[in-house]
Amino acid sequence: MPHAEPWLERAPLLLRDAVNALLPAPARWWVDSFLDIAVLLGVFGLLFAFLTLAERKVLGRIQNRPGPNRAGWGGVLQPFADGIKMLTKEDIVPRLADPILHFAAPVALVAFSLMSFAVIPYGRHLLALDMDSGVLYFFAAGASSELAVFMAGWSGRNKYSLLAAMRALAQLISYELPLLLSFVPVVMISGSLSPSAIVTAQGGWHLGFIPRWNVLTPWGFAGFAIFMVASLAESNRSPFDLPEAESELIAGHLTEYSGFKYALFFMAEYFGMCALGGMAVTLFLGGWQAPCAFLGFIPSYAWFGAKLLALLLGFIWIRATLPRLRIDQLTRFAWKFLVPLALVNLVTVGFWHLSASWSRGFDPLRWAIAIALVVIPFVAMGRRLSAGLGPRTYRFAAQ
Amino acid sequence: MIEASTDALLPSPGSRVRPVRDPFHGDLLEVSMGPHHPSTHGVFRMVATLDGETIVRLKPVFGYLHRNHEKLGESTTYLASMPYTDRLDYLCSMTNNWAYALAVERLIGQPVPERAEYVRVILAELTRLLNHTCLAGFLLQDCGASGTPLMYAFREREKILDLFESLSGSRMMCNYQRFGGCRVDPGAHWLAAASRVTEGYGRFLDEFEALLTGNEIMMARTQGVGPLSAKLAVAAGVTGPMLRAAGVAYDIRKVDGYGIYPRFNFRVPLGEHGDTYDRYMLRILEMRESIPILRQALAEIPAGPIMDPKARLRGLRPKAGESYGRIEGPKGEIGFYLVSDGTPNPYRYRVRPPSLINLTILEDLCLGRTIADAVIILGSVDIVLGEVDR
Repeated sequence: MPHAEPWLERAPLLLRDAVNALLPAPARWWVDSFLDIAVLLGVFGLLFAFLTLAERKVLGRIQNRPGPNRAGWGGVLQPFADGIKMLTKEDIVPRLADPILHFAAPVALVAFSLMSFAVIPYGRHLLALDMDSGVLYFFAAGASSELAVFMAGWSGRNKYSLLAAMRALAQLISYELPLLLSFVPVVMISGSLSPSAIVTAQGGWHLGFIPRWNVLTPWGFAGFAIFMVASLAESNRSPFDLPEAESELIAGHLTEYSGFKYALFFMAEYFGMCALGGMAVTLFLGGWQAPCAFLGFIPSYAWFGAKLLALLLGFIWIRATLPRLRIDQLTRFAWKFLVPLALVNLVTVGFWHLSASWSRGFDPLRWAIAIALVVIPFVAMGRRLSAGLGPRTYRFAAQ
Repeated sequence: MIEASTDALLPSPGSRVRPVRDPFHGDLLEVSMGPHHPSTHGVFRMVATLDGETIVRLKPVFGYLHRNHEKLGESTTYLASMPYTDRLDYLCSMTNNWAYALAVERLIGQPVPERAEYVRVILAELTRLLNHTCLAGFLLQDCGASGTPLMYAFREREKILDLFESLSGSRMMCNYQRFGGCRVDPGAHWLAAASRVTEGYGRFLDEFEALLTGNEIMMARTQGVGPLSAKLAVAAGVTGPMLRAAGVAYDIRKVDGYGIYPRFNFRVPLGEHGDTYDRYMLRILEMRESIPILRQALAEIPAGPIMDPKARLRGLRPKAGESYGRIEGPKGEIGFYLVSDGTPNPYRYRVRPPSLINLTILEDLCLGRTIADAVIILGSVDIVLGEVDR
């Protein structure tokens, strides 16, 4: 019943129809595609700009300082000042660098991270490409971005960059697996690899007020947690920012980059964050669905944006707080904790799927078993992971 | 791809370290970390030879900040060296001043008035708070904590620097101690301000510790990393919190009882493992012990002159002889050795720099660890290059 929807909800459709009405039929497909790309680039380009500002402001507040506040009112023009600065800086290519790879790495990185935006449903009627295997496409595009990091590290002919490239590869191989395993439960339950179908499957409410989002089930919560940790690692964010570990490797794979190429890496990092955050919203947080029925009058893309921004704020908060892992701890955490936990989660979701036919009276038992399947491996493996670590007591010298 | 300079750093005969160029096992990677690297805390260089990311050899290179401090001390008068001592460990100018003043006072047999002794204790303990706060902040920064602990540490450091500035006129280069007392008298206002800082410090430490001390990642990064055995520490002459983290009870405030320290009741915390976590915690515990010392000193400080009226600063010509003045600086034993031949300038002026001597064991701590570990081990050693290079 699209006619019953408020016009704000239908705004993207109205815009498309208005444009299409002006065009001859053969040009429509091309113009529509171009429009999709332009909107994605524009919206996420602006989001990137203001996300850098938000990150610096939030970090500043957390760190007891004001953050950038000189350019424009409260610093709102800071991203543009940064952009101008980056564009006007000298673009240095080291003499011994591989010039083709050195140039291709940032471009490839941005391209790969932009590709993932195509399949995320931003609203009820806002989806660039409704692919049946959209989720697979998304993770394939995301995984290629680590290759670009490796290219950047290799091409600079800098020892720090090379070390960073090795770390990036180790990280890619380790964290791609839990990332992929963590969304398999969602696919198993919703029976589709299409992001829009996954969002639709999360519509409606339990008992009339609890949203049927995946995150509000035991397996969904575990999957969400694993997904978020792995996506922190995939987007090279603290505490997994080993490839560009500032205090160890100067700037890691970015060491030999300057000017706008350097800015492109940051653009790709924020795009990656947005894309992974958007996919987390789609897979686990109900996508563009409103949390309560009576809030349905707010357009779906506003809900999507709010959820995405909340996740991004979480990313920033984590960056401001946590120290960085060491490379061996990083891989150990992935292989000995996240991957087994994600595998156990597959069992949990299998049980959840089978027990869906139990009568309502068994619901508490169903929940208890599912929670136990999630919590017990978590606690057991977590204890093994942190064995031998802990606070210490100290003695004092005899007077 | 990567060319390593091989000839200069071939292992010495008898060494079991693999050569950098090794066609059989594969080449090692030689990384020169510094002199401008974000985590070397100044112009310090570590030539690290890596097998993968594991350090198989690490050669500290320093001297970039060398400025002939000791020779300058021999060509100027005793008093004129006092401002130079500020520049040794530029975080702890007050304790440097005190150690130098102590050496000269011992050389000429100069007594110090009671009030000045109290002021010296107050300033030394404030310096300890300042230094350890900075160290803890920088260490967590080296662990990758994105500046938050460092910013909180610097907020508190600023309060102490304000105290120093209002007392001596300078935030870091205080030039405050004199032979036979202190340069100016801290008024009642200053003492009240120092009291306020002292009283607020415990709360800050709680806040700071709540942030990351119990954090899993922090413990995983620091526990068991770079353990220093008591034997090696003593053999290498390591002093200060690093030595005590290795479990050796040696605090010059207790051993020498210089100044009026025997009047104060404080405990000396000891570590057990000597690893980076112990070194970090020792600093936190020492700060907690400094607070009661400060509280007691601020409560008991008597009225009276701040300088011995008979003290002679200008035209000082000590009799021929020698003296060694040492105190427990925040980084370890900071000492000045003076030889006088009866002229206005010292015949020999020698600094015992705790940073340099604590740094000598860096390679022993880092071998077999990764680059990330080397960075935090260096951070936990607590060096200031002004003092290492002199």
